[in-house]
Amino acid sequence: MITLTVNGVSHQVDATPDTPLLYALRNDLALNGAKFGCGLGQCGACTVLVDDKPAFSCLLPIAALAERKVRTIESLGTREKPGALPAAFEAEQAAQCGYCIAGMIMRAQALLERNIRPTEAELRAHMAPNLCRCGTHMRILRAVRRAATAMGGGVRNDAEDAL
Amino acid sequence: MIKRTLLLGSAIGLAAVLLAAFAVSWQPAWPALANPSATFDPAIVARGEKLAHLGNCAGCHTAQGGRPFAGGRPLETPFGTVFTTNITPDPETGIGRWSRKAFVRALREGVARNGDLLYPAFPYDHFTHASDPDIDALYAFLMTRPAVQARAPVNRLKEPFGFRPLLAGWNLLFLHKGPLADDPGQSTEWNRGRALAEGLAHCGGCHTPRNELGAERSDHAYDGAWIEGWYAPPLNINSPAVRPWTAEDLFAYLRTGLSATHAAAAGPMGSVTRGLAQASEDDVRAIAVYFASLMAHAPAAQGPPPADKGNVADAAHPEAAALFAGACAICHAAGAPMMQEGRPSLAWGTPLHEDTPNDTIQIIVQGLAPPAGRSGPTMPAYGDSFSDRQLADITAYLRARYTDKPPWPDVPEAVAQVRKGGSE
Repeated sequence: MITLTVNGVSHQVDATPDTPLLYALRNDLALNGAKFGCGLGQCGACTVLVDDKPAFSCLLPIAALAERKVRTIESLGTREKPGALPAAFEAEQAAQCGYCIAGMIMRAQALLERNIRPTEAELRAHMAPNLCRCGTHMRILRAVRRAATAMGGGVRNDAEDAL
Repeated sequence: MIKRTLLLGSAIGLAAVLLAAFAVSWQPAWPALANPSATFDPAIVARGEKLAHLGNCAGCHTAQGGRPFAGGRPLETPFGTVFTTNITPDPETGIGRWSRKAFVRALREGVARNGDLLYPAFPYDHFTHASDPDIDALYAFLMTRPAVQARAPVNRLKEPFGFRPLLAGWNLLFLHKGPLADDPGQSTEWNRGRALAEGLAHCGGCHTPRNELGAERSDHAYDGAWIEGWYAPPLNINSPAVRPWTAEDLFAYLRTGLSATHAAAAGPMGSVTRGLAQASEDDVRAIAVYFASLMAHAPAAQGPPPADKGNVADAAHPEAAALFAGACAICHAAGAPMMQEGRPSLAWGTPLHEDTPNDTIQIIVQGLAPPAGRSGPTMPAYGDSFSDRQLADITAYLRARYTDKPPWPDVPEAVAQVRKGGSE
């Protein structure tokens, strides 16, 4: 048995140490927000936060986790009371098929927790590892900007930054 | 009285030394071009573009997120920080008022148009070997780029290195001006390859160790050296590669950043290969021929390459074995989809066979990422996935699994060093 701390709750998981965190989340803990995309760390659909940093959970064996704190999309509010990012994604209609969105939101969450006023260039560089096959990246960026504003910050454009 | 004479004598002596130093260090300013908008033969401009890629000029002369060739990138040296200059044809902040003559002098002698001596962070000790037609083509290419107004930040150098005339002494010792004489015992292609490697491509800038004064040690040419947190491996008889580098293998590696028989280019070499991808194919082939000859008899590549010793390594490092199985095997295990496409075994790459674990750790921490919009070998960064202890454990595991060499003695220290250098 391996102990995993997910969304503030400690769980005992009966899985081999090389099991990817994504499988433990979905198969053992019924946390189905994070998705299996490519399984190669190339698309970001499986992105979760580990100790506040974004990680590809498909390539993160549970043996690597020990005491580290995992957070998934399920920690960002409920259907009735969504957090700032899920609410902004809904307001901007940023999902088309929706498969990448949990990963997108978790990656954006890591950025906004660290820096509520990123520049547009920082936002784009930070989000670059996550892909959307439907091509809704522009809506996704709009949603992150909206969430940053809702959280009391905002995304600065780069010209503003140069001043 | 004797004291005064001595004092006067030393004052005169000092003045004489200073005068002599001034005489060798003083260089005239070349007149500024009145009309910078000269026209150039498009064929020569095109040739210059390929040479600029070969020399990776933009690699240093572009700041992070900045316009190409507009300079401003900091270069850390043991003597302080030098900022690269703007080599676009902007008349005020770039080289727009530089005549061809001034440009040639900068490349051959390390002197700016205004007569200032340039720091050898600009590799004029290599460019001095470039041919006249190559320098002319580069000049034509740079002078036809869009002019960008951008002034490089002021260098931050330790005393006394901010005093440029000191460079006259460096040049006397280490600058050997002019093209290299061809070796009649070698092919035309080999000689062209050597002229490019020693000249515009300035390969020794990273792969040759430097002395206390920052000059490349010609007695240790291509013996391997440290650059920007990476170890650039030897490219001579001391090459640690366990499979021979044929000219054909090297050509593929230099041109695409990936050799099916060795490994992917990582660290600063990634940027070099993306430049070479756009250089002249014949020039890159010539460079490959030259380096293949330097490494031809390297003892490390004479035997069969080491086998994958998965069982031995798994038993010795059970925790790392689980981490490898969950994080790395999906691409690197024999039979994985990536391997089925003909990618090289981890056993064939150079990093695991080097004397230092540094490059292996750097690749795990940083991954491989071609810049936005460019294709190339890709690997996710694992710096945030693993603790320092896990990184050290996996590094030791890889060495045990894919090489026949003894364990590295200092892996945790090397991990700490890589972490300190920052992974971004």
